[in-house]
Amino acid sequence: MSNAIIELNNITKKFDGETVLDDITLSVKENEFVTLLGPSGCGKTTTLRIIGGFETPTSGEVYFDGHLMNDVPPFKRQLNTVFQKYALFPHMNVFDNIAFGLRIKKMDEKIISNKVLKMLELFNLKNYGKRRIDQLSGGQQQRIAIARALVNEPKVLLLDEPLGALDLKLRKDMQNELKAMQKKLGITFVYVTHDQEEALTMSDTIVVMNDGIIQQMGTPIDIYNEPENAFVADFIGESNILKGVMHDDYLVEFLGKKFECVDYGFGRGEEIEVVIRPEDLVLTEKSISPLEGIVQSVTFKGVHYEMIVAVSNFEFLVHSTTKAPIGTTVGLSFTPDDIHIMEKGE
Amino acid sequence: MVKKYLSRIYMAIIFIFLYSPIIVLAIYSFNESKSRGNWTGFSFKWYLELFQDRDIKMALYYTVSIALISAIISTILGTAAAIGINSMKGKIKSIILNINYLPVVNPDIVTGIALMILYISLNIKLGFNTMLISHIIFNTPYVILSILPKLRQLDTHMTEAAMDLGATPMYALRKVIIPEIKPGIITGFLMAFTLSIDDFIISYFTKGEGVTNLSIVIYSMARRGVRPTINALSTIMLTVVLLLMIIVNNRSNAIEKSK
Amino acid sequence: MKDRTKYFSYPYIVWMTIFIILPSFLVLLYSITSKESNGITTINFTLENYKLFFDPMYINILFDSMTLAAISTLICLILGYPAAYIISTSNISKRNTLLFLCILPMWMNMLLRTYAWMTILGNNGLINNFLEMIGFQKVNLLYTRGATVMGMVYNFIPFMILPIYTALSKMDIGLIEAADDLGADKKTIFRKIILPLSMPGVISGIIMVFMPAVSTFIIPQLLGGNKNMMIGNLIEKLFILNGDWNFGSAISIIMMIIILISMSIMNKFDVDKEGGARLW
Repeated sequence: MSNAIIELNNITKKFDGETVLDDITLSVKENEFVTLLGPSGCGKTTTLRIIGGFETPTSGEVYFDGHLMNDVPPFKRQLNTVFQKYALFPHMNVFDNIAFGLRIKKMDEKIISNKVLKMLELFNLKNYGKRRIDQLSGGQQQRIAIARALVNEPKVLLLDEPLGALDLKLRKDMQNELKAMQKKLGITFVYVTHDQEEALTMSDTIVVMNDGIIQQMGTPIDIYNEPENAFVADFIGESNILKGVMHDDYLVEFLGKKFECVDYGFGRGEEIEVVIRPEDLVLTEKSISPLEGIVQSVTFKGVHYEMIVAVSNFEFLVHSTTKAPIGTTVGLSFTPDDIHIMEKGE
Repeated sequence: MVKKYLSRIYMAIIFIFLYSPIIVLAIYSFNESKSRGNWTGFSFKWYLELFQDRDIKMALYYTVSIALISAIISTILGTAAAIGINSMKGKIKSIILNINYLPVVNPDIVTGIALMILYISLNIKLGFNTMLISHIIFNTPYVILSILPKLRQLDTHMTEAAMDLGATPMYALRKVIIPEIKPGIITGFLMAFTLSIDDFIISYFTKGEGVTNLSIVIYSMARRGVRPTINALSTIMLTVVLLLMIIVNNRSNAIEKSK
Repeated sequence: MKDRTKYFSYPYIVWMTIFIILPSFLVLLYSITSKESNGITTINFTLENYKLFFDPMYINILFDSMTLAAISTLICLILGYPAAYIISTSNISKRNTLLFLCILPMWMNMLLRTYAWMTILGNNGLINNFLEMIGFQKVNLLYTRGATVMGMVYNFIPFMILPIYTALSKMDIGLIEAADDLGADKKTIFRKIILPLSMPGVISGIIMVFMPAVSTFIIPQLLGGNKNMMIGNLIEKLFILNGDWNFGSAISIIMMIIILISMSIMNKFDVDKEGGARLW
């Protein structure tokens, strides 16, 4: 853990007696892109605000570069924040907004000018210095907010749902732009979002949170393929979650049948939950299929058809490029790899 | 079509009702004759007489100086108070806001006598100072009420953003918050100034020997019957208020447009 | 961080305590003590002052003030509602001008506005001169109850027009179109849609006119002469001429209670939470 730039140790935060964060321990490595992901009210923004210094934890320690930061006010912290609604200063023009932090440091006005212009260039906003904030589009304001933070050359940039206010197309473009910039500048990003797709696209590490507790921490691929519990599985993409029993290592039973799988280490006869992703289910001939069911509905989704197939009592969500008419009986196939076993949640 | 004309005529009647007394007053201030009934010729006589009247000149001096000083003090006091109140929460905040509201909703006469009782009970001599303090008391709530909505409109993250960029809380207040709420502060100041210039009732109960303002002079003159010098004085005061109002109105229009 | 800025209000809280709370407390104190108690040692609590108010003479003054204020309020409503309606239905650029013209007189010194009517209604005033010119007898207009009522209507009608206008202008045009679409004629639309939806404005207006009207003492003094005394005149007389602070304070407290009750009624029907602040 020598290269951890931010460390949160057993952070708990209570507002008026209500626990918002419960024993959060988390470390962020240098140059890492870490995303805090979860539904609204899960505590992700509070975690970010504790790192930024806008909230003090009720208990636990915050370390930055090995120094205890609990009582250091935000204006003395070497990190900068991009706020949800940007919080640009409307009475200043673009240039003065970006120069704000540098002017506080009493830098030479020439150096300031150089740095700000470089930032504007970096964000393709070269001639916008004199513009007023309300003359900019949402995407431009967004970039100014990031530029205003980055110009101070922080070691860590905190971003609180920075793309939330943008429309879909712009959001996708900005995702790529942000990721590219993070690589280029070599700055650590801590990013908060409730958009799982955004998290999967951009992050090195995803921290899934719910109810003030970290549910799972890992790379996007780990999180997607090996969700540790039903909440993560459900939150990261749509999933079929079934009740099952583990009979042995590599052997699981659900829907009254036994299947080969790749998971092990569970107790014999332990009740577990099984996750199968909709895109891993394939429509096949009934004779060669482990499961068969009746098609309940078919919806065209552009790249694939979304179908609901009822197998005894359970309705499977299936994403498939081929379709079958409603009411017909079809076979469903999958490989042992596609079965993910999770511990049973409450 | 008929309806349109009817409504135009109706509005015209309302405005004639609202403005004719004022216009009559202004016209007669230029009448040479002392009786209002007959027009005997155009003259600045009453204006000249007005400017030679020592009492009126003193009253004018007191009115303007009290309006100016009280508006400045109310603005400073009110701005600080509004910023403080805005960051308060819950019950304490609503109690303070309600007390602040008291001089606004209370009949002026009750505020006036209450202050008179206070000064006399505390053995403070009625005069310039008591009138000034009283004006600050009833001006400040209006300053606060004109600034609070501006503070509420502020992005809650504005101060945080400034501090995040290295500003101390005081620096953030000076460079970010105050400039943001400036329109509210200026409106508050102008309102305080106008209210103070216009006040009669509270001044009437808190004035002291030898210290009056224009409203009080008008009142005592009017009780003795109609006098042409008041017409002249009224016309001047109306013009000043009209100009002030137009400035305030243009300001708020400009602010609205820039949004 | 935000917590620290709340200290900025502390000077004003001290100020409020001395100059708003303390005076109110003193008025209350005077209202429940007898005239003979001149010092803290000889203080003498009594409800005599309040009892005295129930003397028919004073009750009549209260009743009279409330009647005059109510009549003025009613006239303001009858005249003001159509005006507010016309303003709210005119196009935007015209609307702001009309509104400005309605508010403007409020910013002119109330004494001057009242005094202006003296010059019109007086025995040698504009109206009487005109009547004489066309061969009629002079009429006694000034120093009557009618003049007082007119003065109040004149002074306070903007307070009626404004809240009604606010309520009307917030109304969704779609509602009227929907009613039209459902086959309601103009009268029905007004009765069933516009009037009920503008009620909060009407109630604010009624209270905002009634409150200053019931407490005024300039208007009855200058236009009504000394003949009909209103409750404001009584308070003024008790404090300035008679020096009877105790009885005067009791009446002030009664008036404050009337106003506070009106205010709480208004708050219930408030069109928007900023309330009266919108006036400016």
